[in-house]
Amino acid sequence: MSETISAIVNGRAFDGEVEANELLLDFLRDRLGLIGVRQSCEVQVCGTCTVLVDGRPVSSCCFLACDIDGKVVETIEGLVGTPFHDEISAAFVRHAAVQCGFCTPGMVLTAKALMGTTDLASEAAVRHAMAGNLCRCTGYRSILDALMEVFDAHDPTRA
Amino acid sequence: MTRLSETPGRVGTAVGLSVERVDARDKLAGKAEFTGDLHPPFMLYGAVLRSPYAHALIEHLDVRGAQDVDGVVAVLTGDDLSDIDPYYGHALRDRPVVAIGKVRFVGEPVAVVAAVTQAIADAALAAIEVSYEPLEVAASVDAALAPGAPLIHEGAVRPGLAHGLGTLPEREGNICYSYGFSRGDTASAFDTAAVVVEGEYRFPAVYQYSMETHTTIAHHRGDDIVVWSSCQHPFLVRQEISELFGLALDRVEVIVPYLGGGFGSKSYTKMEPLTVAMSRKAGRPVRILNRVDESMVTTRRHNMKCRMRTAASADGELVAREVEMWLDTGAYADNGPRVTATAGDAAPGPYRWRAMDVKAHCVYTTTSPSGSYRAFGSTHVQWIGESQVDEIARRLGLDRLEVRRANLLGRGEEVRPGAKGVDADLVGDIEKVAAAIDWGAPRAPNRGVGVSIGLLAAGAHPVSMATVRLGPDGGVTVLVGTTELGQGARTVMGQIAAEVLGLESSRVRVIGTDTAYTPYDRSTGASRSTTVAGKAVEEAALDVLDALLETAADVLEVDREQLTIGDGAVAGGGRTMSYEQLVQKRFGLAGGELIGHGRVQPRGGSGGFADGPVFWEICVAGAEVEVDTETGVVTVLRTSSVADVGRAINPQLIERQDEGGALQGIGNAMFEEMRFNDDGLLLNDTLLDYRIPSFEDVPASMACTIVENGDGPGPFGAKGCGEGVLAGLPAAIVNALADAGVAMNELPLTPERVWNQIQKQRTVEPKERT
Repeated sequence: MSETISAIVNGRAFDGEVEANELLLDFLRDRLGLIGVRQSCEVQVCGTCTVLVDGRPVSSCCFLACDIDGKVVETIEGLVGTPFHDEISAAFVRHAAVQCGFCTPGMVLTAKALMGTTDLASEAAVRHAMAGNLCRCTGYRSILDALMEVFDAHDPTRA
Repeated sequence: MTRLSETPGRVGTAVGLSVERVDARDKLAGKAEFTGDLHPPFMLYGAVLRSPYAHALIEHLDVRGAQDVDGVVAVLTGDDLSDIDPYYGHALRDRPVVAIGKVRFVGEPVAVVAAVTQAIADAALAAIEVSYEPLEVAASVDAALAPGAPLIHEGAVRPGLAHGLGTLPEREGNICYSYGFSRGDTASAFDTAAVVVEGEYRFPAVYQYSMETHTTIAHHRGDDIVVWSSCQHPFLVRQEISELFGLALDRVEVIVPYLGGGFGSKSYTKMEPLTVAMSRKAGRPVRILNRVDESMVTTRRHNMKCRMRTAASADGELVAREVEMWLDTGAYADNGPRVTATAGDAAPGPYRWRAMDVKAHCVYTTTSPSGSYRAFGSTHVQWIGESQVDEIARRLGLDRLEVRRANLLGRGEEVRPGAKGVDADLVGDIEKVAAAIDWGAPRAPNRGVGVSIGLLAAGAHPVSMATVRLGPDGGVTVLVGTTELGQGARTVMGQIAAEVLGLESSRVRVIGTDTAYTPYDRSTGASRSTTVAGKAVEEAALDVLDALLETAADVLEVDREQLTIGDGAVAGGGRTMSYEQLVQKRFGLAGGELIGHGRVQPRGGSGGFADGPVFWEICVAGAEVEVDTETGVVTVLRTSSVADVGRAINPQLIERQDEGGALQGIGNAMFEEMRFNDDGLLLNDTLLDYRIPSFEDVPASMACTIVENGDGPGPFGAKGCGEGVLAGLPAAIVNALADAGVAMNELPLTPERVWNQIQKQRTVEPKERT
């Protein structure tokens, strides 16, 4: 069974059919070729398949493609070239916060969703907010340092 | 000619600099390609039917129903392998490509479906009819060694093609390999000792969890085979595939894209034989991409039972140790024999002894196979030996650091007969990790500190080749078989070549491995890449430099000794020529390139590789913990490590290695445990209930000190790193917890386990602990 949907993915309109049981992860990777969306745990724990749906981070492994109907989807590919991506990339590079890179797009997307929210008051709050994105390589310290640098730069209360 | 990089302490063009990772931008943009991102034309998707039984005979297997499903191209079973010798295993050739008549663990592949979509392949598995006759299960070392235990493997031990363990002993029951050594008179040493500490210890099964699961695409084209795989050891995979499928090595091409982590889980051969066999049947490229639950039963870290006792004199001299270990390798040996031998070698720790007796056994059980995981062997046993050293100090009323200072091997002292002596300053290393956690400072009674130190034989077999090409535009390409699995190998290899050639590292490109044209490299593991492959890259770059200087001397009409290099140019006799100009001069027109070759081999041109191991990786760490005695919850407050690297090629990447290793150490010590029930069923086979460290588990402080004594055999005096902290930290945490009053003999340190131990201590020794 298929459903007709209409959505914006990385700024481009998608109008077409998806299977009713098609996962957003498979739709983005296999149909649209967005390989920056990574598959790992498939149970909404690791965060490597994170994409933004109307600005909110979702695990695309546990999200149906048909549920993006009428919504705006952003993947890492859609962020490339934006000031946010330039800034966070520079911070990740500076702190060598990328190792195998499998978790990296998901980390960046969750960070994008957190920008401008009230969840960034302290490092402890950021740790909690990011706990849905796992990384097995870095030990997190460098990612945390990179994130805090970017978040701090955008927090008027922490000049 | 003097190369600037030979000057000690100099910061050159590349070495010693924390240059930007060459792969960081692509990974941040989501552009880096992993095996699962590739789609060779007409690729099929594989789905694996796995055994629900831990030990059973396959009574009946009928795949016709799956074959009839629309979109299914072929189905593979053991019957399809009758024309080949279908067993593989680099250590012991004990594992069928797909089950043949019998299954030995829950999750063993019984059949594979290849279909035009993953969904069709997955769904078609339900149409396969299979019935089993269950056999007695032996899901633990104790069960497998019990009298009358079922025999998991029949027939003689067949050595694999890369076991490297000398003459293999006969299999005894379910013990597939034993290792041991003995020196001195342990009996009399224990009889005369002032203090003896002993106990039985358990280490859990652990899942490496590289976020990218094992992924392989294979195309068997009749006369040749192409494999794209998330593998750490492409040249060993090539060898096993060649052997299995009866094709010459040059007819098997293994291509390695980026790896999404490895940590040992992708070492040696994993899903490649099954995928190649499926492709052979289907006649088209086939991909098998494991789910996490499938990767969990593809390989794991050995759980272990250990009995150890250690004796010391009244003044704290360590005199003797006896240890026997049983490592659970699961249904197939995988790298179990090597892990077992390494655990045995790690058991003495880096101390002087009068007597030592070590026995280590690798035991088959009907659970999923165990193989390599970062700092294997050492992680298993270091926490046990080091906790006994601490206990000895406590009983004698001595400072734990002082006891280590007095007993640690000095530089050059013998570690074991026939092996390289100590090549590091062990006392200096442990003092640094102790200082970083404020050793000796007063602290609350529910807090404690601990340190630990060990030696890990690193470098594996030192055979690596490299090619460096200097193109007509002055750009450099490095071909080296080291796998980039996140550690930063491509960045570091590029830095080494750049340094030799006096270039910025951005001028050097390091490309991924394709065994069809990348020179041989033994493996990516055992912390060997920078040291061994890096040495080959250095020599290849020197070879190019030699050709450049020869041309320059000729063109500039000066002696080679008067030439200097820098900024991509050679200067001499008052003139300067760029590399670009020199290459063009040498070949006439705008084409051509200079090609340099480098190689490292045992007892080869570079003397540092004459004795094994290549180097001793120092497994040293410190920790401060806090225990909540009401709940048993232990918090790791801070950690410290020393990366004793000889020369830091890229300091930032070294720190990242230690931080990553530290978090894995926290996971291994604190909560990671694969739990099998008595039927051999893995109870926690998803990340919902197998927890790995998250942002919330990062200690408030993780201090990594880099030690550069220039004492490594690698390029510029470098030696490897990145594994030691994983062996060192669990031991430091266990010792810190004992310092806080709770002595544990089983990992991980779950609140339940710690709380139970607190209750037990209150009952048994109320006075001693108050």
